[in-house]
Amino acid sequence: MAKKLDKVDVVVVGTGWAGGVISAELAKAGKKVVALERGDKKNIEDYTGVKDELRFMNRYQMMQDLSHETITSRNTMDEQALPVRTRDEMMAGTDTGGGGVHWAGAVYRYTPYDFEIYSKTVDRYGKDKIPAGMTIQDWGITYDEMEKYYDRFEKTAGISGEADPLGPERSNDYPNPPLKESRPVRLFKDAAKELGYHPYQVASANVSQQYENPDGETLNACMYCAFCHYYGCDFGAKSDPLMTVIPTAQKHDNFELRTQAYVRRVLYDGGNKAKGVMYVDTETGQEFEQPADVVVLAAFTFTNNRLLMLSEIGKPYNPESRTGVIGKNFNGQMNITFLGARGFFKDKKFNLYGGAGALGGTMSDFAADNFDHSDVDFINGGAIELRQYGEGAITSNRVPKDSPNWGSEFKKNANFYAYRNLTTWYTSAIMSWWHNYMDLDPTYKDDFGDPLLRVTNKYTDQDRNIAKFGIDKCTEIMEKMGADIIDKDEIPEEFDHIYQGGHYAGGVIMGDDPETSAVNNYLQMWDVDNLFVVGGSAFPHFPGHHPTVTIGSLAYRAAEGIEKYLKNGGQLVKGKQEA
Amino acid sequence: MADENKEKTDESRRRFIKNTGMVAGGVVGGSLFGGLLTSQFQDDSDTQTKNKETTQSLQEARTFFSRKEDFETLAAATERILPKDDEGPGAIELGVPFFIDKQLSGSWGTNAKAYMKDPFYQNRQTQEYQHKDTQQNKSGPNTSTQAPSRTPRYQTRLNRGDIYIQGLRRMNEVSQKKFDNKFTDLEADQQDEVLQAFDNGEINMKGVAGITFFNLLRQMTLEGAFSDPVYGGNRNMMGWKMKEYPGPRMSYTKQVTSDEFVKMEPKSLRDYQS
Repeated sequence: MAKKLDKVDVVVVGTGWAGGVISAELAKAGKKVVALERGDKKNIEDYTGVKDELRFMNRYQMMQDLSHETITSRNTMDEQALPVRTRDEMMAGTDTGGGGVHWAGAVYRYTPYDFEIYSKTVDRYGKDKIPAGMTIQDWGITYDEMEKYYDRFEKTAGISGEADPLGPERSNDYPNPPLKESRPVRLFKDAAKELGYHPYQVASANVSQQYENPDGETLNACMYCAFCHYYGCDFGAKSDPLMTVIPTAQKHDNFELRTQAYVRRVLYDGGNKAKGVMYVDTETGQEFEQPADVVVLAAFTFTNNRLLMLSEIGKPYNPESRTGVIGKNFNGQMNITFLGARGFFKDKKFNLYGGAGALGGTMSDFAADNFDHSDVDFINGGAIELRQYGEGAITSNRVPKDSPNWGSEFKKNANFYAYRNLTTWYTSAIMSWWHNYMDLDPTYKDDFGDPLLRVTNKYTDQDRNIAKFGIDKCTEIMEKMGADIIDKDEIPEEFDHIYQGGHYAGGVIMGDDPETSAVNNYLQMWDVDNLFVVGGSAFPHFPGHHPTVTIGSLAYRAAEGIEKYLKNGGQLVKGKQEA
Repeated sequence: MADENKEKTDESRRRFIKNTGMVAGGVVGGSLFGGLLTSQFQDDSDTQTKNKETTQSLQEARTFFSRKEDFETLAAATERILPKDDEGPGAIELGVPFFIDKQLSGSWGTNAKAYMKDPFYQNRQTQEYQHKDTQQNKSGPNTSTQAPSRTPRYQTRLNRGDIYIQGLRRMNEVSQKKFDNKFTDLEADQQDEVLQAFDNGEINMKGVAGITFFNLLRQMTLEGAFSDPVYGGNRNMMGWKMKEYPGPRMSYTKQVTSDEFVKMEPKSLRDYQS
């Protein structure tokens, strides 16, 4: 029997960047906030002095324990979906701070084109440019409207960077100067410049100097120690929820963080109000009901979708009739993105054992609609990046493609090229399609007997064409960088069900029309006034850049909306059809 | 001087092997005495090292593999994946077999954090997944940060420990069939032929593809050679020395901005924490 708790103003599910920003903002506004995290209670000391490649990179210390719950995956509707069983195949963060703690820290704003992708594509190229079955839509918000939230998030996180020479207008510079330029990064920039492109330093949440954010939280200077992506920061020098928004929320007595709290349902029995959430304390097995005036789902894409489906909220997407919204437009960065060219250098040896998650060079010449798509067989684009994450000794075993993979010859090449190889890749955008979606799996269950989420996802010509374009551009740059051997990535024929980038989105998508979107531009559900669904789940497609900063910025927008709702109630935005 | 020592070492190793009659065929057969073997000819170093060696040897006993023969087969196989040669120590000298034994007896070996609920399907689809990315190693977002090993879908009821036991015994069966001899008694090139057959996806196993076993074996051999020595491999940081990998440190700010390659003696996690 569930134990019923006292009602609070706001209950937040998830403590990553999305849940963290919402918690901090509403706690500051004096609201009674409870944040529920299914993982363990962690703080920065859990990541101090434990720099160990095997534990974090190969055994996935910070990732979700899949023994309790995972997703299932298939390519097409007529296949049997199989569970994604191991952490080799799934990257989803857990514990306090969520995926925001293990992130690399690369910072990109999404472009004006992406927020209005449908309109802008039609304006420039005509309706025929959008292939049948591609379900892209405008996001219901413009870049200009998003700008102040980007600015706010960048200040909270102490982002260190320089403006993209081809980027959209900014109201302010980044709060900190860019990271240092390493030799590989300079080599990339010089080559790109020679080719007439506009390279610049990747903006970074690995902070370049000591910095105090507007909430009074202090971040330290990055040490380029290389234990960054997949790790928590040893020095509090990577901006993450544990260093910023969580402690900000915790300064207020009206905020409470409960860990090991696994939410199973949004309490909802029809109408336009949710009542709260039901969760299980995984240490004791006790069920709790937490009533609240506002319910915020701010978990990972998979969890946000699954909780709505399990709670029977909103109209589930039906791919046969192509109606309904919940689960629609699954998108994300799979093994067809980040393709490019790896170069092996015989006479250059780089200090690749050092680095930082977001240390790198990038360029926007082939991003979004920055180049003419009249004569290419795809839309949108991506960044071309060279990153110096810093490599552990297990990772640094890359050899040219024609070298054996084991034995003496492999060993010789792996040793020789350990510090002599660099890669450039294209973070190509992923469009959405009627046949890529999420629903509940009919076969597989979690520990409590609830169905797992099922992903149906396959690639299209758009994906293969944009990937090929990117590989060619990356190869051109790698040649200019002077690599002796260049291995071009191969384009995978089909999605391989490996979810190893952590960037999966859609399903609870934003827009301006309740018929085709689940949430409005405050991420408030059209169907349920006091339910806000915050995170990558709101992306109607996946723009050609890393997602975190847009998730954090949308969370600031949602926090503003929640405050408005608590004051006035009702729908904050008029739907297109009603208007 | 260093070379001279190495020669001496090699010589004494050969003699030791010969005298004990432990090895038939071209390689050190990865015997039970793998650890002992190494300490034996490092005994001429100073007392401090000697004590360390002794402690390490005490940590080297089988806790997962019950049968000595399975462990010897494992050791011989890892040694072919990373052989001892002019480049430096091989898998056995680096402690890889004991690393794998320890890993398999823990949560990794029992798939503690994997979704292992039924039903498991053994159909064409799951077979194909295991053979899928034989050519391309890690691709997509992880190409830059993860070890270049293949990641097929895991769709077997067996846990990693089970896969090893079955795989190593299958390896012996294949050796018997092909060469009428146990794997450990084969010549090096014959052993390579057996491993290559697994790598090529030619060997069937029960409930899992032979190639999945091989991928796991290759991945864990690299992990054992190059993870922090605290896990029992990368003995005396010899793997890191070979790779010129400096280990976990406070800061690489200076090195990251240097145009010259900066070589440093490795430091371990133990150094870092103390």
